[in-house]
This record gives sequence, C-alpha cells and structure tokens, in this order.
Amino acid sequence: MQGSDPYVMANINTPLAALRQVDFSYSPGERLILSGLDMVFPRGKVIALMGGSGSGKTTVLRLLGGQLFAQRGTVEFAGRDIAQCDTAQLYAARRRMGMLFQFGALFTDMSVYDNVAFPLREQGDLSESIIRDLVLLKLNAVGLRAACHLMPSQISGGMARRVALARAVALDPELIMYDEPFAGLDPISLGIAARLIRRMNDALGATSILVSHDVEESFGIADYVYFLAHGKVAGQGSPAEIRASDDATLRQFFDAQPDGPAPFHYPGSSLEEDFGVTTLRSTA
Amino acid sequence: MILRAFRYLGQHTLRYLAVLGYASRMFGIVLCAIPRLGRRLRLVMDQLYFVGNHSLLIIAVSGLFVGFVLGLQGYYTLNKYGSEQALGLLVALSLVRELGPVVTALLFAGRAGTSLTAEIGLMRAGEQLAAMEMMAVNPLSRILAPRLCAGIIAMPLLAAVFSAAGIFGGYLVGVGLIGVDTGAFWSQMQAGIDVTGDVGNGVLKSVVFGVAVTFIALFQGYEAKPTPEGVARATTRTVVLASLTVLGLDFLLTALMFH
Repeated sequence: MQGSDPYVMANINTPLAALRQVDFSYSPGERLILSGLDMVFPRGKVIALMGGSGSGKTTVLRLLGGQLFAQRGTVEFAGRDIAQCDTAQLYAARRRMGMLFQFGALFTDMSVYDNVAFPLREQGDLSESIIRDLVLLKLNAVGLRAACHLMPSQISGGMARRVALARAVALDPELIMYDEPFAGLDPISLGIAARLIRRMNDALGATSILVSHDVEESFGIADYVYFLAHGKVAGQGSPAEIRASDDATLRQFFDAQPDGPAPFHYPGSSLEEDFGVTTLRSTA
Repeated sequence: MILRAFRYLGQHTLRYLAVLGYASRMFGIVLCAIPRLGRRLRLVMDQLYFVGNHSLLIIAVSGLFVGFVLGLQGYYTLNKYGSEQALGLLVALSLVRELGPVVTALLFAGRAGTSLTAEIGLMRAGEQLAAMEMMAVNPLSRILAPRLCAGIIAMPLLAAVFSAAGIFGGYLVGVGLIGVDTGAFWSQMQAGIDVTGDVGNGVLKSVVFGVAVTFIALFQGYEAKPTPEGVARATTRTVVLASLTVLGLDFLLTALMFH
C-alpha cells in the first residue's frame, strides 16, 4: 500500500525545500549576505519572503535553484542537498522547479508561443501537436491564449510577467519561485498576477516562494511569511502574526518609516565633521 | 617597492591564467556540444544566416575595393620590372594567402563578432541565460555551440567571397582600366596558384580565425557584466582582442605554412 511506504511517507511529511544554518557571501572574506539562515518551505504552501533591499531574498532563490552555493550549511530540495548534486542531478532537480524572474526574462527572439513551448521542447520528446495543446492550455490559464503569436517586444510588462508565469509552470513544477513578480505593475496587472500565483499553486499542488516588497498583495495570498534583515530571519509567521508584530525592524518596514533600525543615512562621518562645525566652535 | 611590484605582477599573472583556464574549459565544453547539434540543425542554420548572410555585403564590397587597390599598386610595382603580366598572380596570391582570410576575419570581428557579444551580453543582462539554466538547459550547448559552429562554417565561405571579389576587382582595374593582357592575367594566376599550398592553407587559416574570433565574441558576451556599460565594454573588448588574436595567429600560421 502506497500510504504505508516509509519513503513516500517521509517525502510527504518532510518539507519540499529547506535552508539549514546557511552562510553565504559572494566572495570569500567579503560581507556575509546570509548568516546562519534557517528556513523551511512546506509542501503545498505559498511562502512570502520579504525584507529590505539587499537583505538576501533573491540570493535564497538562487541557492535553492543551485545557481549559487552556500559556504556553510545545507540547501535541501526534495530531501537532497543541492550542493552535493552532480550536474545531471542538479538539472533533474531544476526540472522539478519553475522560476519567474523579476522582468520575465522572456527570450526576445522567440514569440510568446515559442517561449512557453521552450521547456517542453527541450525537456521532453513530445510531439508538436501535444506541445501545442499544452502551450495553449498554459497560456489560457494566464489569459493570453490569443496573444500567442506576439513577440515579447509587442506586449506590456504585466503581460510579459504572465507569459513568464505560463513558461515557469509549463513542466508542472513542484516548486515555483517568484522573484519580485509585482515590481512595476499597474494595480490591475498586480491583482491579476497575485491571483494567478495563488491559483497556480493550488491547481498544481505546488509549493511557491514569493519574493516581494508588496506587503498587501503578498499578505493577501501567502500562507506564511519570512522577513529577512541583515541575512537572518528577523520575523516569521502567518501574515496576521507578522502584521501584529511589534518588532522594531518589522514595524519600520511595514509602516514604511524612513528611519529606524535600518538607518536613513548611509553610515559615515557626522554632519558636523563634514561641515567643520566642531572646528569653528572650538576656534571661536 | 620591489616587493609590491612583484606582488602586482604575480596577482595579474594569476588572474590572467585563471581567466585563460576558465575560457579553455568553456571552449572545450562548447566544442564537445557541437557534434550533438545534429538534431538541432535549424539552430545552426539560423545562426549561419545571421552571422554569414548579414556579413556578406560588407565582405564583398571590401574585397572589391581591396582588389582595386591591389590591381593599381601591383601594376605600379611590376611595371618597373616589366612584369605586369604577373599582375593576376600577385593579386590572387595576396588575396588567397593573406588578405582574404585576415581582412575577412577583421571585418567579421567588427560586424558579426560585436553582434554576437551584444546579443549574448544582453541575454545575460535580461536574465535569459539564468532562466535557461533554471529550465535545466545548458546555455553553452543551446546558445553558444550553434553560434560557434556557424562562425566556423561562415568564415572560410566569406573569405572565399572576399578573395573572389578582390580578384574580380584586380581584373577590372588591371585589365579593364590599365590594359594588362586578359590571357596573361588569368593564365599566370592559374599556373602560379597551388590548390593545396595556397588555397588550402588560406582556407585552413580562415577556419582557425573563425574559431578564434567567434569564440572570443561569445566568451566576452557570456562573461559581460549584466549592465549597459558592461555590454558596451565587452563589445569593445571583442573587437580589440579578436583583431590582435587574428594578426598574431596569422603570423604564426604563415610561419608554419609557407616556409
């Protein structure tokens, strides 16, 4: 019986992806972007990853996708340490992931149709008629079936994001990662994108990780929120719990305060020193 | 002071060696991916059209003008020794052995090489290469290999067009304008040009230049900083590096081939 199979049971009960005690910097000896980071991404959930600019949110996605590797700690996907995978295993893991890049990253020399068909053609031995059906289904899900013949230069930013979403889910991935999917979108496109992310996740039974600065839209669709600051988890919980938090770092971000734990002024010498006020006073 | 100079020299040498090693490894991967392009001939054909056909006009026109100049200069020099009958041979040898492969490679670096660098660099800047990697598709096999293959095929063909246009240009000036005997022009050429030694080595040079120029263009694009300034700098580096490499390789190959 499948339900009693220990491997299957362990797979269901374990989170789809996790970061455990991860340290990361772009060059050895440089400032740590992530420091002792622990995160768990349970199956079937939409998890929002929030935080200020440079807090390491996108780095987390790149670590999960095996585009970057941690200096310390483990990055797990489906129970396997990504850093220990050889190229074939890494590519096999990536076939179970989909990623939506900040500005879509559509292939500019291909039509909307060919963009969505790209992963299907590259990864499977499917006939063109099956690929056609799958592409039109995916484009229909994002409302752009009729735009399949257009080139990326002929569609708006919001539409490009939706095409990229259709492409990201073309292979029905288990993990879908969204890097700033709402950046630069008008309110209508923003609402559409948010609803699509939730709908895709539920329809595919996938796990979604959503990197975003957009508090309202993210809270509206996320099951769980991680808040990153200085490469660590500064807060986590349901959207309601995060909203109710009185942590100063979280409050500054969610109340959009210019000054607080994240200072408004770049660290450096004082205003008095730069204008020689101290010297003048002492001279006087 | 001396210690600092040594440290500076050592750091730079190590850095260049690391880049050279990295580029060699990438070259090996791309080269190994070319035989697997058999089932993706369409990709190679598209690139062949892009780098080949789009460079055809500039190559043909340049070849024609170089032929004009060779016809004039050759005639002035040969006339001093009463050997103007050998004009056809002079024009053809100059083009087939040297000017055809070298000038074509330099023009190719400026026309197709810069396009390739800018295209790949903009793909990097637009995260298209990262997106491809995340779809478990290796950009070295899918993007770089068809372009390198197309460059290797296109370069000797373009050099042949350049040489043919140049010989025609030399004929127009030498025979049409100056009045050198047509029979002497063609027969001296036919008698003096060796298919293997001259044409064959010229083609071999073109293939080597094709590999060098195309790979330099692709490498610069692939490693370009993902910013507008980064892509612009990479494009400039392509022209400079490819031109110097072509001239250096030409000296080396000439020394090996024609002794």
